[in-house]
Amino acid sequence: MDENQLAGYADKNQLPPPSERIPVIRWLKQNLFSSWFNAILTVVSTALIMTIVFGLLRWAMGARWEVIPANLKLLLVGTYPVEHLWRVWATVYLIAFLLGFSSGAHGGLMRRVSTVVALVSVVLAILPFPWGTRGWLFGTAIAAAVGFGLGYLGKGIRWCKRLEIVSWVLSFPISLIFLNGVGGILPVIKGRTTWGFMLNLIGAVVGIGLSFPVGVLLALGRRSKLPAIRLVCTAYIEIIRGVPLISLLFMASIMLQLLLPASVRPDLLIRAMMTITAFSAAYMAENVRGGLQAIPQGQYEAAYAVGLNRALTTILIILPQALRIVIPAIVGQFIALFMDTTLFGFIAILELLNITRSIMGNLEWRGTIFELYMFIGVVFWILCYSMSYVSRRIEKTLGVGER
Amino acid sequence: MINNEGIIIYRDVHKWYGDFHALRGITFTMQKGEVVVICGPSGSGKSTCIRTINRLEEHQRGEIIVDGMELTNDLRNIEAIRREVGMVFQQFNLFPHLTVLQNVSLAPFWVLKMKKSKAEEVALKLLERVGIPEQVQKYPAQLSGGQQQRVAIARALAMSPKIMLFDEPTSALDPEMIKEVLDVMKNLARSGMTMIVVTHEMGFAREVADRIVFFDYGQLVEQNTPEEFFHNPKHDRTKLFLSQILDY
Repeated sequence: MDENQLAGYADKNQLPPPSERIPVIRWLKQNLFSSWFNAILTVVSTALIMTIVFGLLRWAMGARWEVIPANLKLLLVGTYPVEHLWRVWATVYLIAFLLGFSSGAHGGLMRRVSTVVALVSVVLAILPFPWGTRGWLFGTAIAAAVGFGLGYLGKGIRWCKRLEIVSWVLSFPISLIFLNGVGGILPVIKGRTTWGFMLNLIGAVVGIGLSFPVGVLLALGRRSKLPAIRLVCTAYIEIIRGVPLISLLFMASIMLQLLLPASVRPDLLIRAMMTITAFSAAYMAENVRGGLQAIPQGQYEAAYAVGLNRALTTILIILPQALRIVIPAIVGQFIALFMDTTLFGFIAILELLNITRSIMGNLEWRGTIFELYMFIGVVFWILCYSMSYVSRRIEKTLGVGER
Repeated sequence: MINNEGIIIYRDVHKWYGDFHALRGITFTMQKGEVVVICGPSGSGKSTCIRTINRLEEHQRGEIIVDGMELTNDLRNIEAIRREVGMVFQQFNLFPHLTVLQNVSLAPFWVLKMKKSKAEEVALKLLERVGIPEQVQKYPAQLSGGQQQRVAIARALAMSPKIMLFDEPTSALDPEMIKEVLDVMKNLARSGMTMIVVTHEMGFAREVADRIVFFDYGQLVEQNTPEEFFHNPKHDRTKLFLSQILDY
């Protein structure tokens, strides 16, 4: 047989797959009304769902939603002084600018994220906020656009890439300094008693940023060949995982108060962040360990055989594969950590939930519990869903060549 | 100099897995440029034996000297030997998260500290040599088994090893792909590479090997030239083995 004959053979007898479209009536009959019992179930559950949905809608129409816009500033940035609000906007601009810059330089996921941020701020700016706020919101979109332009111009230039990484790393401390203030230059605004929802965000960013590397090290330590390291890591993980976070937070807030003199005691907020980091790292470690265990022995052997030492094997071959496997679990842990920041409220830190409670205590807003909790739920849902969306995209990007 | 006696020297090497005595006193010498095929029934210790050469398995008694360096627990020694010994596995063990080009250029860049461009140049040359020049940006999972194994050979060669170990390199392949891998190995042998090949491909052994070594129960039963091994086996166990595999 020559080449043409072979090619013809490959195409021969190839049929399209059978159609899977089913008419609506038949689908209903097959799935919802296939027997008397199923028909009754369908009717009853439809009625139940309708009742709940209509009840919810009726409540939503009559709810006092004005409590949200009236207290929006309080909910989001707490009692941060109005004349210093520009500092908050400055950090928002910094992040928007960096997002834009990265999206201009790389595209892909970054582009989606920054586009969403810019679009959301434009949409919000159209809503009837006070004119000052609308100006700031437009500014956010402009910062992202400017960043995008610069990033696009700097695409592929080496020092631009370095600058980008350094700026991202520095952006967080700079934001913190901006928000907190520096003695003498910017008036200090104490986070613990003022910042509101920003505290949840910052607590989550710190917790995620620190607990991830610590967790990876703990996971590696637990699999170490050196008994001392293994023992310490295992003990740490098992002890922390056996204690509820709230009791650790109380320990950090009250017991340290008793044990350490005030001069060496870090601020309560810092203690709370350290606690949540230490707590989350133990769970992170177990997630990562699960990924490490899924890597076949052959990968280690192949890496050793080409002369890589243990450290390089771990960094170049094992961790990238192990972490990819456990992205869903890790992001789940991130989300849990973010929500856990609301527990800060129990140790006298003025985060979102605590602020909400104080609004409810206000006579003017009596009976707006549902509205406020609904708002909290929506805010958390948006951010958590974004995290899980980003994680799915990352998984997809990294999964290119998976077996 | 111990060097003059051979590039690989085994003296009374023993290895246990728990109570199981996997290598029972292997003594064996190999010269530079020699191609040795190891065969034997499964569980006879042949894979274990070649895996002790680059310390993927640890031997517990006896001595192994590779290119004048004795294998001990000294990590520097082990790493030095691993740089000189390339290995190809039954299951390929390519790095699935890296492209073909990255798989091959990884070790020259990180271990030999080559410049990235130089390492990639070396990799491309080797990939051409094993017949995969067009697929360098693909990931291992996108290649056929035979192609993956050829990439694995290129990856091992990228460290310019003095010795190449093949641990049943064709056992996991579809019958149609075995030939393309064996051809690459044959060319490698012709170029003067020192090779140890654990395989059941008797045709390959007959054609390419300088010497065939027969293992059973962790012992080296017989070693001979292919000619003698196939036509005039000395040991009864070898005769039985050959009659089992050659009758089909």
